[in-house]
Amino acid sequence: MSKYLLDKFLFTVDRDPELVERYREEPRATVEWWEAEEAGRILGSHLDERSTWLSFDDAEREALATHDYPKLFELGAHPFLTLTLFIAMFERDYAEPLGFQLEYAQRLSGYSLPYPDIST
Amino acid sequence: MAELVAVIASTHHPFYYRASTATGADRPPFADEWVRKVMAFRETLTRANPDVLVMVGSDHFHQLWLDNMPQFLVGKAPFYDANWYNEEREFGLPRMTCQGEEDLSAHLLRGGLDLGFDLAFSNELRIDHSITCPIITLRPQNDLPIVPVYTNIFAPPLPQPKRFVQLGQAIRELIESWPDDRRVAVIGTGHLSLELGGPRQFGPHGPDPEFDRRAVEWISTGDLEGCLSEVTLDSLWNPGNATHGFMDFMLMMGVAGEGRKADYTDTYDLFHTMEAYFTWYPDGGGRA
Repeated sequence: MSKYLLDKFLFTVDRDPELVERYREEPRATVEWWEAEEAGRILGSHLDERSTWLSFDDAEREALATHDYPKLFELGAHPFLTLTLFIAMFERDYAEPLGFQLEYAQRLSGYSLPYPDIST
Repeated sequence: MAELVAVIASTHHPFYYRASTATGADRPPFADEWVRKVMAFRETLTRANPDVLVMVGSDHFHQLWLDNMPQFLVGKAPFYDANWYNEEREFGLPRMTCQGEEDLSAHLLRGGLDLGFDLAFSNELRIDHSITCPIITLRPQNDLPIVPVYTNIFAPPLPQPKRFVQLGQAIRELIESWPDDRRVAVIGTGHLSLELGGPRQFGPHGPDPEFDRRAVEWISTGDLEGCLSEVTLDSLWNPGNATHGFMDFMLMMGVAGEGRKADYTDTYDLFHTMEAYFTWYPDGGGRA
């Protein structure tokens, strides 16, 4: 289990406009590519230095591959990262202002305090 | 020595810029009153006539990330570029550049370290909306040099609430010992109750109006003792999962001082979260 890697995926996709679109259109392929090619990249390194040990577990990979944001919440992904990226991908599909954000809240309505731990 | 001329604590609502500049059918019904309140709040800073701004905020996973996360960080750079792609995308925020005040940055870093705060620093910091929102609301001409101070209210494990208060007290002491004759204002932004990415987000009010009422009371009366007796890292999850940003308000209460009533208090109940604006004038001069 790697909440850190879940967060790293959300963080690195969210800040790249092309990756936002790619993840919206082809989530499973994007997650598989990212885990194989990008997961180990040390972000503060200007050369291509890599970590050797990072991978998703099956539940994490499946949640990302199916855009299952309630599952990401349950797995302890940082809610700010999930929300920000999913607004970028799906707010456009809703006619009403805040339509996506309110549906998002509704789909999480089964959760009560304490919420899943987001510590990494 | 420098003079601390205003202490300002505010929420930082990233939608203000878009709401306040929208026209016609795009302008939300709450925009006019919001602008009126912000203009009145802005006047409290203008009246203090500052030369330098110390800006307390919190990076929202823009430059500071989980592979290298500082708890408290002071910017020390001649300039700070500002706002990020995803803030343009979601909030319509403009790109900005702020001038830095490196001598005060150096003074806060050296003095803070000597007071027992192991402060991180950055010589190349791109600031985000936690600092640019109050520039847009309080000093839109963006003509004053700044010192950014970032706190971690976002990525557990977080520092304890009392540590935010203590850092605020230290920032005040250090500003008042800065060997410079300029007028300094401290502006810090945080949250009242707030939920992001959870079931209580984007409701018609903040997720916990009762917490908001008590928080405004603590801040406006300077009731640090009452606030510290009730607010813990665990308790802050209850009003909303992003409410740890309230600790930046606690930091500002530390700057203002125990028992110091705010000279100016205003709130605005909006969807999603309540806006709250506070100003203290340490020398009383702003009350004229």
